[in-house]
Amino acid sequence: MQTVAIVDFSFGNLRSVHNALHNLAGPDVDIRIATEPSVIEQADRVVFPGQGAARHCMLALRQKGLADVVLRAARDRPFLGICMGMQVLMEYSEENDGVDCLGLFSGKVRAFAPHVERGSGFKIPHMGWSRIEQISHPLWENIPDRSRFYFVHSYYTTPRDEKTIAGRTDYVLPFASVIAKDRVFAMQSHPEKSGEYGLTLLRNFLHWDGQC
Amino acid sequence: MGLAKRIIPCLDVDDGRVVKGVKFVDIRDAGDPVEIARRYDQEGADEITFLDITASHHNRDTTVHMVEAVAEQVFIPLTVGGGIRTVENIRTLLCAGADKVGINTAAVTNPEFVREASGTVGNQCIVVAIDAKRVNAPDAPPRWDIFTHGGRKDTGIDALEWAKKMEAYGAGEILLTSMDRDGTREGFDLELTRAMSDAVGIPVIASGGVGTLQHLVDGVTEGGADAVLAASIFHFQEYTIGEAKQHMQQNGIEVRL
Repeated sequence: MQTVAIVDFSFGNLRSVHNALHNLAGPDVDIRIATEPSVIEQADRVVFPGQGAARHCMLALRQKGLADVVLRAARDRPFLGICMGMQVLMEYSEENDGVDCLGLFSGKVRAFAPHVERGSGFKIPHMGWSRIEQISHPLWENIPDRSRFYFVHSYYTTPRDEKTIAGRTDYVLPFASVIAKDRVFAMQSHPEKSGEYGLTLLRNFLHWDGQC
Repeated sequence: MGLAKRIIPCLDVDDGRVVKGVKFVDIRDAGDPVEIARRYDQEGADEITFLDITASHHNRDTTVHMVEAVAEQVFIPLTVGGGIRTVENIRTLLCAGADKVGINTAAVTNPEFVREASGTVGNQCIVVAIDAKRVNAPDAPPRWDIFTHGGRKDTGIDALEWAKKMEAYGAGEILLTSMDRDGTREGFDLELTRAMSDAVGIPVIASGGVGTLQHLVDGVTEGGADAVLAASIFHFQEYTIGEAKQHMQQNGIEVRL
């Protein structure tokens, strides 16, 4: 029996992540929505989704005593960040007048808004299906390059180390829509809402040994 | 620009069942929301919107169970609108597996509700639905007012000004329905759609009046819509969503195929 912990730290649609993983996993996989540090500590894999504002998310992580647990999990087990669960892995976010984040990846999270002119046709949030240009990683297996995934966000990630970029998307400007290093793979888009290819990615994650 | 224009089929739901005639030849139960949603997903729908037309409080629980059932099997974004009045209503639907909720009358009655809702669950979950109707004299500059009660009651509120206010209050998206065109199959009110799309910086979903595939194209190219919503042309299998996307692509619109 292996266990997958879905970290519950913000207000978000965790049920869809749970449903998708539950649909894909065999009977020998126990998928748990986890608010307790101990559940995360004991899990074989960790999924780290998130929605809402950066300040609120970071506050919730610290108040619930999850920040250190999440960082430890990200260092030694297969770890999948989704949406805000990707952004808070960076050092700092511009959202809410500036928020210090977990700092697992060097670089910042920036706002699209200053780059968008009214009438340019670009709407914020970036909402809908955009292509991801893949950079070689085991979690892309069986997913055609430049497949579309579902995005909803107003801030984008700018990792300092080019080598940590595992996927790029162009909206307003080209940005790193997927980052990865060691056992961590984190994406801005929502695999649990991205139809067939999103499910393929989640299935790949359930079978990933954490090696690149 | 890399972002696909979205096609969104809309389903009316009463007491947890899809109503208003879905007539797919190859589905067993035309009222089963799970079966219908799965079918639209397979055809390539980019999202699915459920409009809850249930009147009674008791039956709203049924809607929540319906959302749970659909979200267990369909992995594209789901929006639920109709009768949402409290943050608790929103939480319940999001926890059941909805990704966004549509707020209409409650926003008009109490605009602060939109601020409270988006502050709690995030802008990305809040779709403000606007039912707009043209009210200007034929020779006067265009003006659309917000109507409530199914298009019968003029609030006297200018639809474009209202949308800007809702954006400032934290709406993540506008679902714009032309009450002049809804049900006519004459196409979107393109002037309204364009005016709205230019007025706000958040995505606009055009709705009301689709009768042909060309109407979907016009909504994007002339109306500037980010997404197009339709009901009857898909329900009766006049066109599949795949055909709609092919037609849009042939007309130079970026879609997810």
